Amino acid sequence: MAKPEQCGNCKKPATIHLTQIVNNQVHKVDLCEDCPFKKGVTDPEGFSLGEFLLKPGVLPIGAGEAVTCPGCGFAPIDFKKHGRFGCPQCYETFKGMLKPMLANMHKDVIHRGKVPDRALTRVSIRRKLEELEEGLQAAIEEEAYEEAARLRDEIRILRSSLADAPKA
Amino acid sequence: MHILPLIEAKSELTDGGLPPEPIVLSTRIRLARNISPFSFPGWASEEVREEVLDKCIQTLSALGTLSSAVALRMDALSALEKQVLVERHLVSRELTESTGGSGVIITPDQHLSIMVNEEDHLRLQAVRSGFNFKTAWSDINTLDTVIEGELDYAFSSDLGYLTACPTNLGTGMRASAMLHLPGLVIQEHMEKVIRMVNQLGMAVRGLFGEGSEATGSIFQISNQQTLGETEESIIKRLVNILEAIVEQEQNARQMVLETKAAKLLDKMGRALGILQNGHLLSSEEAMNLLSLMRLAVDLGLLDEPYRAHIDRLFIETQPGHIQFTARGEIEPGQRDEQRARRMREEFRRVDGLRISGGGAGA
Repeated sequence: MAKPEQCGNCKKPATIHLTQIVNNQVHKVDLCEDCPFKKGVTDPEGFSLGEFLLKPGVLPIGAGEAVTCPGCGFAPIDFKKHGRFGCPQCYETFKGMLKPMLANMHKDVIHRGKVPDRALTRVSIRRKLEELEEGLQAAIEEEAYEEAARLRDEIRILRSSLADAPKA
Repeated sequence: MHILPLIEAKSELTDGGLPPEPIVLSTRIRLARNISPFSFPGWASEEVREEVLDKCIQTLSALGTLSSAVALRMDALSALEKQVLVERHLVSRELTESTGGSGVIITPDQHLSIMVNEEDHLRLQAVRSGFNFKTAWSDINTLDTVIEGELDYAFSSDLGYLTACPTNLGTGMRASAMLHLPGLVIQEHMEKVIRMVNQLGMAVRGLFGEGSEATGSIFQISNQQTLGETEESIIKRLVNILEAIVEQEQNARQMVLETKAAKLLDKMGRALGILQNGHLLSSEEAMNLLSLMRLAVDLGLLDEPYRAHIDRLFIETQPGHIQFTARGEIEPGQRDEQRARRMREEFRRVDGLRISGGGAGA
């Protein structure tokens, strides 16, 4: 079959021909070399992702559904424009709808590669510190000075480990 | 001119850190990383992008590994400088078109580079000439570990490194090699190869990544999937496939020599003739002629040192580089003249293809 000569977007000669088969449905796009870049799309996968996600039946959501990410205000409909998520927290917010998509996209849905140990340690120490500091504040207010002293020591130890931990 | 020191420096791909070899031109690994809790660059406000850029440049420039690296803000570069960086594969086209708050950090030999606020907050890249995944992985892994000591990467124990696009989740790693496959192109086997490679979960692209054509019979082959496997096993799978393609290419070249030697020699001879005597050369034509010259080196028809030379010209014959050397933007017609002049100088001393007897010695 001869390829269409014109770009589907601007009628210039088409040089990029994308063919995608999703659920046995053939989907073809012909573009000139400028249009995908103008539209901010450089990755054929990223290009179709938004449309793919918003096809009826793919995701258990309607376009008007009011689920937004508490971290960044991102909504599923924004995928149509961006083909990408808003922030790291989006993965937690939209977990349910993501799973089936990931299974199609990747070898498996569980990460088996490198783990940033030190970054994770830092994050958990910081979280622990926040808890301890709240506890300390409460102990002082309740005039539980023994408890406060114990918490202060613990905080000091954690702080110093945080100062050492991040360095390579 | 902010990038002049980079262009004048000896870089991994123009002055081969490792000796160049037939078929596999270069190896590249990139890691996508984001910094918690900031929104991804495409969704973040201008202020957040600026904040992330400042934080990254400040932190990364202080690292020992990057102490002599240059940090460039994209909005401080001219269109031509950006184009040169794209042609060197140091930044993506996407980064050059992004609005404010993006930048790149590049080591003097350009084998390590980090894009800031492209699709993800950080895109770390390691490049090596030739077929060298071991070195490239160890380079990038070390750099990543050092950065992780300073910045809080967005990470989930289930999904791995969290990236703006779910296609990069998990390892966030894209490993690729640039392959020179004139034999498979001449034998018209590329379509078959691409289909096979795709079925094995790998992507085939042209010289400049997504949506670009395979000018000069150069193809970029990379992993598609990033989640569910370790980095080492993804690389191993890719290397196995690449080795199979290299073998196919060698067979294809052998077949061409056995069945259409005269046709191939004629092509190479004419290519040399044009390079030595042409006065107008488009970048596409130049790439295709250089491709034939690289094949001639592989077949022993040109001296070995020309291989590194040709690899350098693959980069320096691109439109941005031609203009950069001419110290300013020039019309396409003048560019073609400039490019042809450069080629005449480069190939002036070649006496001709070294052909013994009637055919080419493989």
